[in-house]
Amino acid sequence: MKREAPLKVTIALIPLAMALCVLGICRGEVATVLAKAINICMECIGLG
Amino acid sequence: MDKNARKIKAKKAAGLRKAVQAGWGILSNAYIQGFLPGDPVIYQGNLKQVCVPGMNCYSCPGALGSCPIGSMQAIFDSRNRGIGAYVIGYLAIIGLFVGRFICAWLCLFGLLQELLYKIPTPKLTVPEKIDRPLRYLKYLMLFVMVFLLPFFYRSQYGAGEPFFCKYICPVGTLEGGIPLVLLNSMMRGALGWLFRWKFLLLILCVAASVFIYRPFCKYICPLGAFYGLFQKVSLIRMRVDREKCVDCGICAGTCRMNVDPRRMPNSNECIRCRACIHACPMQALSMGIGPGQTQMQRQAGQAAKDVKEQ
Repeated sequence: MKREAPLKVTIALIPLAMALCVLGICRGEVATVLAKAINICMECIGLG
Repeated sequence: MDKNARKIKAKKAAGLRKAVQAGWGILSNAYIQGFLPGDPVIYQGNLKQVCVPGMNCYSCPGALGSCPIGSMQAIFDSRNRGIGAYVIGYLAIIGLFVGRFICAWLCLFGLLQELLYKIPTPKLTVPEKIDRPLRYLKYLMLFVMVFLLPFFYRSQYGAGEPFFCKYICPVGTLEGGIPLVLLNSMMRGALGWLFRWKFLLLILCVAASVFIYRPFCKYICPLGAFYGLFQKVSLIRMRVDREKCVDCGICAGTCRMNVDPRRMPNSNECIRCRACIHACPMQALSMGIGPGQTQMQRQAGQAAKDVKEQ
């Protein structure tokens, strides 16, 4: 069985992931997501 | 616990999991107005700023949240070429907490495949020689169709494309395309080769699901591939107690994702459905926070502590 990452690694990575998420929010990516999601995505449904 | 009691417990647990999947599916697609005939209306509220954790097309008439894979591509292919930090960070948080647990518990498309697999037909075991390389296809989907192409490709008008959603995703066809086309005559008139191609992929996926357990999750799903990358570092992990394990192999035989929990309890392919935990006659498998310790390791740790204290 392969050795697994200790819990410390997980605990260190969680704030990094949170920081990445916050960075995206600060860059205005939430608005991009919302703008895409509130209109019917023609490509996604096979019409675009 | 005897064999029959174990079987009953496993059946109950599987039923509970399906109920959670179905409940989540209904809850995340509860915009009833979208299903009314006439002009297509989808939910346009603020909830769509947030992605649902599983595959769920945001163009489904009932969808209340955004699709994580679609959102990632939307950020990459936008004119100001975002880096996808919001969605990648958000999915990484989920992955770091629970890994692929979402695949088994909160994915509507996963539930659909499981129900199709219940149709009583002879089941197909994909030979390992084909199965192993095919498993890497989902990583190719993630890195090429979700990351690279939407980020780098631009048409002559400067527009990007959500490559995975547009050319591959059967979830969009099933949850978005078919209901919208059925509810709206104008959309029916706009059907072309792309819809036919995506419909063909959906039919293939549905047909394969009758004979193979969760083929989309095993071979294609970029979201499963993404969560899979966190399996070995996630907070919640599968554990094997080596002192209790008698190597009977029942767990490996039970796993429909073809994982051997004895060798790789936190394999990228494990969707954490817990079937192996319920099947183990020795109760050697469990799920908990972190890698966990065996009884011997715990005793050794305690002994070391005692020596330090003295």
